[in-house]
Amino acid sequence: MRELELYFGPQHLGMVGNFSITLKVEGDRVLEAAANPGYLHRGFEKLMEQRSWIKNFPMVCRMNVIEPDSMEMIYAMGVESLAGLQVPERAQFVRSIYLELARVGSHLFGLWAYANMLGFDTVAQWAMYHRDLVLDLFEELTGGRVYHIYIWPGGVRRDFPEGFEKRLVETLHSIGGCVPDYNGTFFENRLFRDRARNIGTVTREEALGMGGTGQVLRATGVPYDVRKIEPYAAYDRVPWEVPTREDGDACSRILVVRDEMIESVHMIFKLLDEMPGGDVYNRIPNPFKWRIPAGETYVRCESSRGELGLYLVSDGGERPYRAHFRTPSFPHGLTVLEDALRGESISDVGNIMISLYVVAPEIDR
Amino acid sequence: MGKPSILGPLRAVRFLLQKPKTLRYPFEPKEPARRYRGFHLNDWDKCTGCGNCADICPNDAIEMVEQPEVEAEPGEKNERPRLDYGRCCFCGLCVDICPPGSLRLSRDYFHIHFDPKTFVFTPRDEKTDDETYLPEGEYSVLKASLAHRRRDYQGFDPDLDFALFDPQRVEMPEVPPEKRKTSFIEQVLGYDRGQAVRESERCLECALCEDACPANLKISDYVEAIYRDDPEESLRTIFRDNPIPAICGRICMKHCEDACSLSIRGEPLAIRWLKRYAADTVRDYRDALRQRPGEPTGRKIAVIGAGPSGLSLAYFLRLQGHEVVVFDERPAGGGIVRDGPPRYRLPLESIQRDVDHISSLGVEFRYGTRVGRDIDFSEVMNGCDAVFLGIGYTVSRSTRVENAERCLLALDFLRRNKTPDRTPVGKDIVVIGGGNVAMDVAREALRLQAIQHPGERTRVQTVSLEDRDELPATEEEIAEAREEGVLFNPAWGPKGVILDEGGDVRGLLCMKCLSVFDENGRFSPTFDEEREMVLETDMVIEAIGQGPDFSFLPGELRERLEFTTARKVKVDEGGMTSIPGVFAGGDIVNLNMDAVTAIRDAKAAAEGIERWLSDQD
Repeated sequence: MRELELYFGPQHLGMVGNFSITLKVEGDRVLEAAANPGYLHRGFEKLMEQRSWIKNFPMVCRMNVIEPDSMEMIYAMGVESLAGLQVPERAQFVRSIYLELARVGSHLFGLWAYANMLGFDTVAQWAMYHRDLVLDLFEELTGGRVYHIYIWPGGVRRDFPEGFEKRLVETLHSIGGCVPDYNGTFFENRLFRDRARNIGTVTREEALGMGGTGQVLRATGVPYDVRKIEPYAAYDRVPWEVPTREDGDACSRILVVRDEMIESVHMIFKLLDEMPGGDVYNRIPNPFKWRIPAGETYVRCESSRGELGLYLVSDGGERPYRAHFRTPSFPHGLTVLEDALRGESISDVGNIMISLYVVAPEIDR
Repeated sequence: MGKPSILGPLRAVRFLLQKPKTLRYPFEPKEPARRYRGFHLNDWDKCTGCGNCADICPNDAIEMVEQPEVEAEPGEKNERPRLDYGRCCFCGLCVDICPPGSLRLSRDYFHIHFDPKTFVFTPRDEKTDDETYLPEGEYSVLKASLAHRRRDYQGFDPDLDFALFDPQRVEMPEVPPEKRKTSFIEQVLGYDRGQAVRESERCLECALCEDACPANLKISDYVEAIYRDDPEESLRTIFRDNPIPAICGRICMKHCEDACSLSIRGEPLAIRWLKRYAADTVRDYRDALRQRPGEPTGRKIAVIGAGPSGLSLAYFLRLQGHEVVVFDERPAGGGIVRDGPPRYRLPLESIQRDVDHISSLGVEFRYGTRVGRDIDFSEVMNGCDAVFLGIGYTVSRSTRVENAERCLLALDFLRRNKTPDRTPVGKDIVVIGGGNVAMDVAREALRLQAIQHPGERTRVQTVSLEDRDELPATEEEIAEAREEGVLFNPAWGPKGVILDEGGDVRGLLCMKCLSVFDENGRFSPTFDEEREMVLETDMVIEAIGQGPDFSFLPGELRERLEFTTARKVKVDEGGMTSIPGVFAGGDIVNLNMDAVTAIRDAKAAAEGIERWLSDQD
């Protein structure tokens, strides 16, 4: 048989995001895959070195369109760690609730992409509609639908508006009420199982060896979650479980995503019950004069796609000396993806890529 | 988890009968959340043009643009922010930094246009723009744009709890009233290094204060130097415009703090205390300033009065190399700030520090020399190239009611208290007046009572024409006087001093004051003579105002000296009076009658004298 080189993306219909994979194929089989990032490089890390500590706050979220919130969180954590800022207890709860809501929104977006990819248009539409309900909540809380610009160093930017908790609970109940519909039409649908079982399998050893985190690792039975092993915000204040699966294939990863959404919603209810009163913000110094003592820090949190890290250096000046993000899509979209595609069918390339939850903008940054 | 099935998806069939969720915009518009971050709104009446929004904008989307229609008052600029919506990211940092809270975001977000220039927009709000911000009936979503907006459609609000500036100042440590009222110990203790750095950090550097300061000190520069923990640099910056920082750092009327952006919704930056910190922290002015008088010019200028205007003028001229002689009848420098402000507010040592520095530059001081008594004015004038009158208001006015000659006058009282031979006071004192001088007198009297009559029942009360809410003294002074135990009798006017058979003061007869000013705002008190009250007292001090004393001028010159309608000496922009070669400044010239305005007059006169001297060549 003849070998062909096939360009998959960025214009390819099966591609989600500005990303491309160069495939070497023989017939329908992928012999080799090479990921091509770089279509979205905006130089954020370099740009951050030019902008004051406060001016970076509205920008970091833009590194990830799907879930900007964990970017805000990691930047706030980095600055707080360097500057020694304390965060009020209530703000920790607000942050956790907000981040879990973001996780649900992000996973619904991922579900839209994945279901769409497999041709489950109805499920995709539902997921998008339900994500919109989550965005309505974000709009009410923060004033923005996509870029919320809400978690800032020292706490959060505004407290819950009047009656927000009630609407939050109602919305989550109404989305949760549709879980049987999702299960019937998608997660327990034989067509999904047949398309996703034993596809793009990543073993536990491979995942660990290639820096896989999040669903990639949890789908191989490892309950690895930064929220558990190194709790931040209010994640150690309420009990919750890390959902895992054993098989390491696309099906397992997507089921982990579903279970996580359900766990997040339950966690939000528990956090709301435990939430203390008080302030949600400790004032930062005058932003025009704000210098952060020289030092370096590495902070990490669990984004919806896996472990998100930030290496932040200050030379004692008014802006970061260096900022570097460890984004989960970087190993997932480059090393893990190339490995998982080997030997698979062309028709499953998009299937595997989206099941790995690759978000192109956070690879390029 | 149920068993995978191919019949499960049939659940979805029932959705066929449901109403679609998609909104058909614009016929089914979606109402944005109350906190929505849309286009800007700016209340032009509240906006001060400080430009903090432009400084914080991460995208440089805001430019401050001059608006000729805005008449800027002191502490304001006639600039207003202009947005470029091609750049704005709607983060709202501008809202959180806006000191007056005039900038908000609305819930409008719709603008489509072929012309990209229309995306550059100067926001206002419904208060001043009827054409853009339309009521319910006139607004149509089909026409929605930056120029077709909804009225009362505010979104993201400013919230002081989340503001990016700190509305609260670092508290100034003070001696508590119980302790301070028994001695002349300085009331305000001054910031230490940590407090000064923390307070200076609050400054947003909008520099509105610099326009409001009569002497135009470079406030944001010297505050920034304190923040960088460089008080010497701070002092050098101050000395460019103000040679008496230890004095002004204590008693300045701080026009700057009234203009401070932070004062609109919070407490102003403690600019005065920061100046004091710079002056007090630097141990040796000379070392820090490294100033030297200019090359000798051979010119000589005589200054009459070693008060704030005279001291400042001497300093500025001496740095230019002129020879300066300062005459003052008092035994040391300071003028009215030496006589007037009590020692608990302005210790003599602080005055001495400033005066010593000016003296060290080679300015000659002739103390104990009253022009007109010890030396003739004509002699002074003939011996120099120009004369500056900084004589101030040195004579206290009397009420001239019956037996008023038995009262003490405020300035005489205060002046004597600066000498070792302090005024002996009674146990029950009445101070006539409601201004700052009256507060000084009352509070000094209180201290003297504690020293001279320890353990005895004593009382100090004031009586003023003005009612409680219109007292001319500053709120601070009134509050502090109250804390120390001074009693107030507002809206009463003195009618006469009552004497007993022995001729000693026994009481003050007062009548009810109905109004102080007439409808034109002129001083013209009206009384209800029927309503009388007697304040028992053994000592009455009059503190109802001061006036100048021009008796030192020879008659012919006094006639040539012109005055304004406000009874101030008329000067040109260079400080020259109607008599060529005679300049004037300070209280006899300006209406503010404070130290920093005296410095402004001195700066103007210094330039005027330079011009005058070069014209003589």
